[in-house]
Amino acid sequence: MASITLENLAHSYHPNPGGDDDFALKAVNHTWEDGRAYALLGPSGCGKTTLLNIISGLLTPTRGRVLFADEDVTASSTVARNIAQVFQFPVVYDTMTVEQNLAFPLRNRGMEASYVAERVGRIADMIGLQADLKKKARGLTSDLKQKISLGRGMVRDDVNAILFDEPLTVIDPHMKWELRTQLKSLHREFNHTMIYVTHDQTEALTFAEKVVVMHEGRVVQIGTPKELFETPAHSFVGYFIGSPGMNFVPVSVAGNNARLGDETMKLTHDYGHPNGDLKLGIRPEFISLTKGVGLPVRINRIQDAGRHKFINAVLFDTEINIAVDASFQIETDMTNVILDPDKVSIFCDDWRIDAQSAGKKDGGVT
Amino acid sequence: MEKTVNQRAWFLVIPVLILVAFSSIIPMMTVVNYSFQDTFGGNDFFWVGLEWYRELLHSERLWDAFGRQLLFSSIILSIEVPLGILVALSMPKKGISASICLVLMSLPLLIPYNVVGTIWQVFGRADIGLLGRTLSDLGISYNYSQNAFDAWATVIAMDVWHWTSLVALLCYAGLRSIPNAYYQAAMIDQASRWSVFRFIELPKMRGVLMIAILLRFMDSFMIYTEPFVLTGGGPGNTTTFLSIDLVKMALGQFDLGPAAAFSLMYFLVILLISYVFYTVMITAEKDEVQS
Ligand SMILES: Nc1ncnc2c1ncn2[C@@H]1O[C@H](COP(=O)(O)OP(=O)(O)OP(=O)(O)O)[C@@H](O)[C@H]1O
Ligand SMILES: [Mg+2]
Repeated sequence: MASITLENLAHSYHPNPGGDDDFALKAVNHTWEDGRAYALLGPSGCGKTTLLNIISGLLTPTRGRVLFADEDVTASSTVARNIAQVFQFPVVYDTMTVEQNLAFPLRNRGMEASYVAERVGRIADMIGLQADLKKKARGLTSDLKQKISLGRGMVRDDVNAILFDEPLTVIDPHMKWELRTQLKSLHREFNHTMIYVTHDQTEALTFAEKVVVMHEGRVVQIGTPKELFETPAHSFVGYFIGSPGMNFVPVSVAGNNARLGDETMKLTHDYGHPNGDLKLGIRPEFISLTKGVGLPVRINRIQDAGRHKFINAVLFDTEINIAVDASFQIETDMTNVILDPDKVSIFCDDWRIDAQSAGKKDGGVT
Repeated sequence: MEKTVNQRAWFLVIPVLILVAFSSIIPMMTVVNYSFQDTFGGNDFFWVGLEWYRELLHSERLWDAFGRQLLFSSIILSIEVPLGILVALSMPKKGISASICLVLMSLPLLIPYNVVGTIWQVFGRADIGLLGRTLSDLGISYNYSQNAFDAWATVIAMDVWHWTSLVALLCYAGLRSIPNAYYQAAMIDQASRWSVFRFIELPKMRGVLMIAILLRFMDSFMIYTEPFVLTGGGPGNTTTFLSIDLVKMALGQFDLGPAAAFSLMYFLVILLISYVFYTVMITAEKDEVQS
């Protein structure tokens, strides 16, 4: 097992890629540390599957290198890399039984029969396939098929990494929780490097120690769930994480004064004089609705979502969402908001700027 | 709401009935009629019952032709099916080369049967044919009109040339329907090329292969034009297949009664064998799903 480093990785499906738009992956630099569980989060089409396929050697990147520890494996075959991968759609060998399906990767590597039987038994137990082992895989329901796929991915214990590409899409919510728990315990036991692709943020945040967020072929931020929530490095992360996402309001900044519409607000830090398209970002949870103090808003509608109420309002021509406790009484003369200055982020051309090193643009990418 | 039963609706199916009657029922019944009667020219028919059937079942000539026919069908099936699969597997998957391949492969299928026969007849001639001339120049004695083995080899080569594309194209369609993820999963699982074929490609081609085998069996069992043009059933009777024999009987000797009985038995045999084929394959498939 080893860490996996991606160096200036770019990939295009075009034979002769021209501009940036032709690239499904644009300059990814990232190290997956050995033995950690990562979630790879991003919207549809951002290049998650492409990235996994490059790591496992199913695709050769157009540019850049893949390193396992210090060894360059960019040109190595999938077999040589010894990586397990579970695909987005269930792949099962129809004519085999469930048991044969699970044993297949082990048999192909010439493992001993007793070892194969033991591993297959363990994995079947783990994902609840014990009762179906003797059944032909063809004709099983799609969630059982997905479990077989998952099982085949987990059955080898000597792999360098296990890549999961949205493995639980077709599985019902209750079972999802159960399987994710099993994956985590597998991780604790064997300490494989795991990369778990999803576009479901709850799934990402509950599975992983570190979440890697991708957007349009780039890694925009790597961090703990808390970091992603509190200090999103890119406006996309702010918008994508949290429900509803972060609010963005056009702003102009001078030192520690932020000017919103025709009001001024004090910031906790000095941002200097940044140039570019400036936005102030604040989570709905950190806005409070008040009477008479703060910035003026016009309330559009109120939505009850169980534990919270979400208020949709307009602040200087920009729609914002405010989250308040369900018990909070909203009165008609509450027409102002206060933004918690500690929780305000300033974004310049979509990248979050630090108060200390103002103007830094390539924030999250390390 | 109760539906009213209107017997006049039956009139609506009359056009179809007439069409079917003229296209198959009447000709078929004429044949059935002939098969139970004898005639001495003119229009004098008299009833002979099962006489013709009895006679044919004991005729060595018919059994020989039947044997040759079975041998021919088994040989071409055992060549064309594996070869078709092999060709399909090695065809390019996309791009311009795939299209060119598809067009080239379809060409033999578009040539009229008697032209195929003529092409091979010329091709194999020792004096002017490319194949025949090349072989004799190489010192190999080859003469499909004198030597039974050469005649068989040529007829089989001709059928393989003519019809392997059909099997290949059907298999190719089956292969194209396999999602890429299956191949990727196989790579991750380190499956060998053989395993990929055995566990991914073959199961997915099963349905089309079944159709290909059935079509090729029926067609080869009824083959007439190409061998007739090429060898005329010779040398001797060595390439006289059932339908060639049938035509000889019906038109050559004008034995309408026996020929009619022959046709009906021929038809029933094809029906029977195809039915058995089909049933066996369908049951195999069902078993697979259930167990
Ligand atoms: N085989 C391919 N040929 C051409 N373009 C492709 C191919 N596979 C993916 N793409 C394109 O590359 C981009 C990234 O695709 P990718 O499958 O990596 O996205 P993803 O993040 O996995 O999306 P999803 O969440 O929908 O699975 C997309 O714009 C997609 O259309
Ligand atoms: Mg994907």
